Amino acid sequence: MRMKYVLSEVLVGLWRNVTMTLAMIITMAVSLFMLGGSGLLYQKVGDMKDLYYENVQVSIFLKTDVNEQQRIDLETKLKADPMIKEVTYVNKDEAYKRFQQMYADAPDLVNAVKPDQLPESFRLTLVNPEQYKKIYDEYKTSEGIDTIVDQSKLLDKVFGVLSGFQNGALVIAIVMAVAALLLVANTIQVAAYSKRREVAVMKLVGASNWFIQAPFVLEAVVAGLIGSILGLVALIALKVLAAGSSMAALEGLITPISWSEILLTFPLMAAVGGLVSAVTAWVTLRFYLRV
Amino acid sequence: MTKTYPKASRPSLDNVSVSIEKGEFVFFIGPSGSGKSTIIKLLLHEVTPNKGRVVVNGKDVTSMRSWKRPHFRRSIGCVFQDFRLLPNRTAYENVAFALEVIGKTKAVARRVVPEVLELVGLGGKEHRYPHELSGGEQQRVAVARAFVNRPLILLADEPTGNLDPDTSIEIMRLLDRINRTGTTVVMVTHDSNIVNQMRRRVIEIESGRIVRDQARGVYG
Repeated sequence: MRMKYVLSEVLVGLWRNVTMTLAMIITMAVSLFMLGGSGLLYQKVGDMKDLYYENVQVSIFLKTDVNEQQRIDLETKLKADPMIKEVTYVNKDEAYKRFQQMYADAPDLVNAVKPDQLPESFRLTLVNPEQYKKIYDEYKTSEGIDTIVDQSKLLDKVFGVLSGFQNGALVIAIVMAVAALLLVANTIQVAAYSKRREVAVMKLVGASNWFIQAPFVLEAVVAGLIGSILGLVALIALKVLAAGSSMAALEGLITPISWSEILLTFPLMAAVGGLVSAVTAWVTLRFYLRV
Repeated sequence: MTKTYPKASRPSLDNVSVSIEKGEFVFFIGPSGSGKSTIIKLLLHEVTPNKGRVVVNGKDVTSMRSWKRPHFRRSIGCVFQDFRLLPNRTAYENVAFALEVIGKTKAVARRVVPEVLELVGLGGKEHRYPHELSGGEQQRVAVARAFVNRPLILLADEPTGNLDPDTSIEIMRLLDRINRTGTTVVMVTHDSNIVNQMRRRVIEIESGRIVRDQARGVYG
């Protein structure tokens, strides 16, 4: 009977001030959506870092007038280097093939370039990709080397942008969370005010504190949970929309986010939504009802 | 025992010592601001004294933790000048509400509430809303609510303050009847008529001090 009473009070409370309840739920949903998105992005960036840095290569381009001896000396030295896991030599023909592939949709450019004009190169896979600087310092003065290009520099830029997105989402999540928090506090105050007579009588006749507070706290928790469900729906919608739009072009670049990953974010969102609401409601009541 | 409210220039109750026996009927009288209502608040553990002790039902409640307060309150019934009924509930529901929020089942309420409404003389008016009842009847509902849990003590803070003399006397008869069941009644009032008629123990307070404590007293 008491449970029934509490639950019916929760529903009545949510209906009584339905615009405020909606505002609370929507703010909560956006905040949790951003939080969930940021969490997913964080995971993705981690996955992608592992994947890409594993395959990152340092390319040493040779001068076009390099002679045979210089090239052999360099290759021997590279192969003996403990920092380098693998050395691949790319001659002019291979370089031209790669060039043709890379610019397949620009035939004019491909036709204008002859295999002879492309530099030979060594492609190095490092034991530890972060040791690029050492490789660079060691080989930059070697005979016959034109430039040393490190792919990880490019990756750093890509990941810089991605973690920028992630931080942005997190900041928005926090700002929205503060707004949601204030809305919860306000909603609870309004609810407590509209039930002030009941609360006064309950205090007078000795209803336990939890019994007085439970309907209010649960009201906030229910709103928080609905918000987290909407946040999840928004994440799902984003994945569906992204799969069918221009984002699909990035599919090869960014490892796709699986359904299970999205669903696994839900417990986090629900826990944050429910907990933040509950704590805010409880603290508000402590000040407002002084029970 | 002394109680000084924050920001007050003088104590609301200054070195007051009173002992009320089980089953007594006591009036606290005195002009407004004399500290009468503070007595009620101290007994309800709504405020705590700055000095001294408050013992209720043999238990020292002076330093009682606030989370123990709800349970403590169940042994005390309370009636006020402004009735404090819930306007959107009937007489029956108002009384039943007090039972249900302390965990009594609906079945218990169905058995006990009609009984206590009968006792206060509201038989047949259980399903009226407060606005359909007269002031005296509303106060009866409030008394029923205070008494339904069979408290050891009934506190009444100017219960007749909003009622005409005849109705006041009816309420007093009701409180007297409750007192005869063994319930201690502590009533704060400045209704001289009633005090003079009842001839019960009178404690007069002035500026926070007891100036008179008289068995079978009059208003003065």
